[in-house]
Amino acid sequence: MGGIKKGKEVVVDFKNVKVKKEKLDPPEVEIVNELKKEKKFDPKLALPVKRIEDKWKLVPAFLETKGLVKQHIDSFNYFINVDIKKIVMANSKVACDVDPTFYLKYLNVYVGSPDIEESFNVSKSTTPHECRLRDITYSAPITVDIEYVRGTQRVIRNGLPIGRMPIMLRSSNCALNGKTSAEMARLNECPHDPGGYFIVKGTEKVILIQEQLSKNRMIVEQDRKGEVTCQVTSSTHEKKSRTNITVKHGKYFLKHNALQDEVLVTVVFRAMGIESDQEMTQLIGTEDSIIMALVPSMEECHRLDIFTQQQAIKYLGSKLRQKRFGPIGAQSKKTAEDEVRELLATTILAHVPVDNFNFKMKAMYTAMMVRRVIMAQNDPSMLDDRDYYGNKRLELAGSLMSLLFEDLFKKFNFELRLIADKNIPKVKAAVFDVVTHMRQDQMSNGLESAISSGNWVIKRFKMERFGVTQVLSRLSYISCLGMMTRINSQFEKTRKVSGPRSLQASQWGMLCPADTPEGEACGLVKNLALMTHITTEVEEQPILRLLFNLGVEDAMLLSGEELHEADVYTVYLNGGLVGIIRNFAKLIYLFRKLRRLGYVSGYVSIYPDLKQRTINISSDMGRLCRPYVIVDNKKPKLTQRHVDELKGGLRSFDDCLSEGLIEFLDVNEENDSYIALYEHLIQTDTTHLEIEPFTLLGACAGLVPYPHHNQSPRNTYQCAMGKQAMGTIGYNQKNRIDTLLYNLVYPHKPMVKTRTIELIHFEELPAGQNAIICVMSYSGYDIEDALVLNKASLDRGYGRCLVYRNAKTNLRRYANQTFDRVMGPLLEPESKKPIWRHTWLDSDGIAVPGACVENKQILVNKSMPTVTQTPVATNDNTRKQPDYRDVPITYKGTVPSYVEKVLISSNNEEAYIFKLLLRQTRRPELGDKFSSRHGQKGVTGLIVNQEDMPFNDYGICPDVIMNPHGYPSRMTVGKLIELLAGKAGLLDGCHHYGTAFGGSKVKDVCEDLIRHGYNYEGKDFFYSGITGEPLVGYIYSGPIYYQKLKHMVMDKMHARARGPRAVLTRQPTEGRSREGGLRLGEMERDCLIGYGASNLLVERLMLSSDVFEVDVCNACGIMGYSGWCHGCKSSLNVYTIKIPYACKLLFQELQSMNIIPRLKLKKMGH
Amino acid sequence: MSGGIDNMLASRNLAVMGKHEVINASGSLCPGSYFGYDDAWTLEKFKQQTRIKIVRLEGNEMEFDLIGVEPSLANAFRRILLAEVPSMAFEKVFLQNNTSIIPDEVLAHRLGLIPLKADPRLFEYRSKDEANPSEQDTLKFELKVKCSWNPNRPADSSEPDEMYLNHKVYSGNLRWIPIGSQSRMYTSKDVGPVESDILIAKLRPGHEIDLTMDAVKGIGSDHAKFSPVATAFYRLLPQITLHKEIEGEAAERLQKCFSPGVIKLVEKKGRKVATVHDARYDSCSRNVLRYDDLADSVSLGRVKDHFIFSIESVGAVSPPALFIESVRALKAKCRKFLHEIEKDTN
Repeated sequence: MGGIKKGKEVVVDFKNVKVKKEKLDPPEVEIVNELKKEKKFDPKLALPVKRIEDKWKLVPAFLETKGLVKQHIDSFNYFINVDIKKIVMANSKVACDVDPTFYLKYLNVYVGSPDIEESFNVSKSTTPHECRLRDITYSAPITVDIEYVRGTQRVIRNGLPIGRMPIMLRSSNCALNGKTSAEMARLNECPHDPGGYFIVKGTEKVILIQEQLSKNRMIVEQDRKGEVTCQVTSSTHEKKSRTNITVKHGKYFLKHNALQDEVLVTVVFRAMGIESDQEMTQLIGTEDSIIMALVPSMEECHRLDIFTQQQAIKYLGSKLRQKRFGPIGAQSKKTAEDEVRELLATTILAHVPVDNFNFKMKAMYTAMMVRRVIMAQNDPSMLDDRDYYGNKRLELAGSLMSLLFEDLFKKFNFELRLIADKNIPKVKAAVFDVVTHMRQDQMSNGLESAISSGNWVIKRFKMERFGVTQVLSRLSYISCLGMMTRINSQFEKTRKVSGPRSLQASQWGMLCPADTPEGEACGLVKNLALMTHITTEVEEQPILRLLFNLGVEDAMLLSGEELHEADVYTVYLNGGLVGIIRNFAKLIYLFRKLRRLGYVSGYVSIYPDLKQRTINISSDMGRLCRPYVIVDNKKPKLTQRHVDELKGGLRSFDDCLSEGLIEFLDVNEENDSYIALYEHLIQTDTTHLEIEPFTLLGACAGLVPYPHHNQSPRNTYQCAMGKQAMGTIGYNQKNRIDTLLYNLVYPHKPMVKTRTIELIHFEELPAGQNAIICVMSYSGYDIEDALVLNKASLDRGYGRCLVYRNAKTNLRRYANQTFDRVMGPLLEPESKKPIWRHTWLDSDGIAVPGACVENKQILVNKSMPTVTQTPVATNDNTRKQPDYRDVPITYKGTVPSYVEKVLISSNNEEAYIFKLLLRQTRRPELGDKFSSRHGQKGVTGLIVNQEDMPFNDYGICPDVIMNPHGYPSRMTVGKLIELLAGKAGLLDGCHHYGTAFGGSKVKDVCEDLIRHGYNYEGKDFFYSGITGEPLVGYIYSGPIYYQKLKHMVMDKMHARARGPRAVLTRQPTEGRSREGGLRLGEMERDCLIGYGASNLLVERLMLSSDVFEVDVCNACGIMGYSGWCHGCKSSLNVYTIKIPYACKLLFQELQSMNIIPRLKLKKMGH
Repeated sequence: MSGGIDNMLASRNLAVMGKHEVINASGSLCPGSYFGYDDAWTLEKFKQQTRIKIVRLEGNEMEFDLIGVEPSLANAFRRILLAEVPSMAFEKVFLQNNTSIIPDEVLAHRLGLIPLKADPRLFEYRSKDEANPSEQDTLKFELKVKCSWNPNRPADSSEPDEMYLNHKVYSGNLRWIPIGSQSRMYTSKDVGPVESDILIAKLRPGHEIDLTMDAVKGIGSDHAKFSPVATAFYRLLPQITLHKEIEGEAAERLQKCFSPGVIKLVEKKGRKVATVHDARYDSCSRNVLRYDDLADSVSLGRVKDHFIFSIESVGAVSPPALFIESVRALKAKCRKFLHEIEKDTN
């Protein structure tokens, strides 16, 4: 995992390099020789490069080792194997104020393998599926080895649990890690399930990938006033802070949250010990333009009478922001000066380390910031682009979990310390043993509740993020995959700016250009492309040493002037200044060479910024990268031989990586490369070769055949709809008891497939059916994209689907030792048969599998005690049986369901849980939604008998008739080609490919049609099924893959005449689930007002809603009742009128606020 | 288009296949639609014109020519065959036990689609309100399969066929249960699934299917499972006319544009000349119209009163019998219609 492969051996290697600098090590000699060679140009190389056949085989090889959600899993693995140890080691000591001899030291930390604690100290290993079914969290114990003081002894204890860590599926600690398909099947797990999510209390939760601006990098931008600012968000394990350099009236200021208002940079430089103006200028730059720009700031500093470090610090002390609530004791002792020094050292630009208050590096860094502002002022092209994807970092499950864990671990230690402080002074019989006070639940609950609620609140960093996790959508396999590759942007959805939403050129190949939602989140929610990898952190130290060995001069040793010399490039490592280099091209060349040889991690990127004259090396986590074939001297390093070996299984993707045939480029380095899309496009200065262009699309967009022939938004629509398509969701779908699960009875694999479809195993878990369609007009029921379906096809099972729902309950035990119970069916006294509602109850009180339950029938006959808090009153010695109240689980739904299975189990709290799986089988009906794979959705408009359907010379009649008007405006040419390719596939008995930027050619497909005696245009001679005569037009017909979408009329259909009303307002309830009324809304009301239909209005808004007869006294104007006015004590002027109940309610509420609305009544027409 | 088409238009029982559309597709022999023709329908003329020629009769498939009728009549037979000629199919499934992974409804649906060998003419429709099946209207079947481990399986086998017993349920596993005197009327050869190798379900050890079911008589318009035909359809006889003598490369190209055997190359004075040999089995792909040089010298047409009728029976009743049934059904409809008219006029 470190920066250098093979660990120690190679580190020694570099030491050698350092010692004998003159005598180069063999690898270096080789590199230098190669460098020399490169200068010579070989005319033989001018020939075009031969195509490498089947190069795309690298993609499955990549996915085999990396998997579709490798980013999540890698990130989590890094966390539980590496990062967690770092965190614990960084916070390894707990001391105590009271007893200086007491200490607790963490020696090591481990995350175990997932298990369930069945009872105290008894645990058994578990599987993800068990957790899903039993509503438990799939978690593993976190154990620590500690050394601590007990009394006067020093004790070492190993393997103490401190909490439980939810485990990501398929991570290194998961039960599924390294299992074969057969073993997975035994664990009730689908081998195609991508993993990468958590199971918390039985629900599957994904931590979405979060997109952020990169940390510790300078970003120079124009602010709203048009002034240039340079912003750095520093982030270290301890601190997070933001520092700005701004311009105001030609002077340069530093802005930071800890300071009340902005401070002149010249003052800050003085405070950092750069006291003379000359030194300052040397650091920032000695070009004329820069000196001129700096003059006002220097003058201002002189005007403030600040010439020394001391004066500057004092000045800054006055600018400190008052801390409203800090720790009272220790902090107040410090003087303002000390505080400023502390602030400068640790908080401002926190990522630049300050050793022993030597601010030199920090001053240099600040100077570089000022320099960049000045340069951007003079040349707007020096401004950075915030939306450029090289400036973005993606935060994954691992880094989010580590933030949370660190916070909880600190809290854990803090509490241990408090307990120690409290308990050590007390004299007790037993010696204070800190181990007995280590409580597990805080950490477990913290992690568990954060994942299950999605609220990431870390007070230390003032971080409050909501909606970080989402429930994994299991509507279809694709929706599940789509969720795992989804990237959430931190950007506000409400702001109407196009910049962050639009497709950035730098996203090419990293993010899917098609897969984004429509509407408010458009462009903010993105999806990863097929071959994208997200880096994990690589250690900096070895890289730093390597850089110095490669000739970088340490910035610490420089005076400042050298930074800006003409031939000098400054070198940054992860945003921190390292030093300077004179021959930058050589440094980059050597660095890349070493990386390809495997001496540096493949995920470290290096690129020059020619404008800023810097070299940036990144080894931080969250960078997007993507593999490319290395091209050297016009020759791809990957040759046909390698691909053949790959095909033969003799070589893996990692072999290609380690042999330096392929390398990962991140966004920044990609922009420094010259990448050829195809072999024949390789030119002399080409550095890399694309592996396969279709990988620039994501998993969802990869389903579309011939997407390159479609209008772009159509592909986007399909990406959204593919997630709603019904089909197979996994091999374990029959074992799952989900809240909602849709299945197609007879799913097909598509006739026209793509490489992506094969790669993501869509063929094994398909969601759709190949329908024979006719593109023609039929009846009038096909307008607006409606489809006409063949009834015989439906009879034979086309579009038939299963809908599974569950009913769930648990039996609880209450505080007063009472508990819920389940009773068998009630019997009718005469017939001794169960009452209707209990028809399907077994003697155990739960419905039998196979039962067809109707609306309002009971599934689980549960009853709970009426008193649950106070102990049940006991009369004398006989314990009274508590009273029970029925709380049955009833079936709700107009259409009956079948009980498929019943699960009885227990969850973590030892309560019984019952889950029933309910099933419905549905055949398509009018209004059910279907869609092809080209963003063309439509509802069923008509179902036609087979004999009425048109038929062709072969007797084939279509399953679906589609109106031709769907084509011209949508321009989905891909769909037309899909039909042709599908038809040719049927005739030849093979599948055709519609892979993006490739696939079967229309010309070849048409040749196939001709060969089989079909019209080359795909248009056939049809007869009308109704008249029997030939149709005048030839009909474009053939198979197209149709998806049945989850929107079905049965779930939406709703009407009501009379029904339930809301208690408070007596108005009809709202919504289908509450059998609500249909609302005559404001706009409809406006129409009726405009039309003058006042009696209709009265009827709709009052009589049909909440009419109420109220007695009003016309004397006092107050409502009375029973014909009597209580105010006037008379019935003389009391009249009965009809008003809405809500109106009466309003009057009463006003009265309760001491406002009397008085009603004045008049005779009608007077 | 060339003048040839004008000639063909003159022959009014020909639909011409143009490049983009069918010319003269409809236009029937309705009396009065063509000037100068006496199209009045008389029984004599009908009898004289109408011919049926059986071309092929193999097993469940039949092809015959229906010549000299209007499309409405041919279509009526087609429609009746698809939707109104009755056949027997499973309508009710009584599940005693089903522990397979196939849900009950899906299993019932699959069973319903199994073609049954039973002559529907010998049965009556089952009335809706009558709950009890009788021997006149119902055939009862049962299916009892239980899967288990094969005790003699090889130790290292991973082949389902070797590992399990009864792990595939076929239509052959259905067992007929005679009701009443049915056992005397039919033998088990007469009733049962047409094919015995239709896969119904796959089981694993411990899975069990135990059910009985009723097959009743029904018609295709109610549910496709009652349709007695896999499909029944007709096509019009293709007619290909060559206006020019086509020879050499063009002739070979022409030959390739049609189905094999349609165009023959004849040796004529040392040249290879294309002639139409048999247009009947041309697939009518119209691919010849792609070539500008050939398009003008060929006209493609369909004879509008020559129906090449195909019936593919599902297996219960032979195709000729099915056609006769359809005629009978049409007759019954006509009779009913006449009756209704008479009732109105009286």
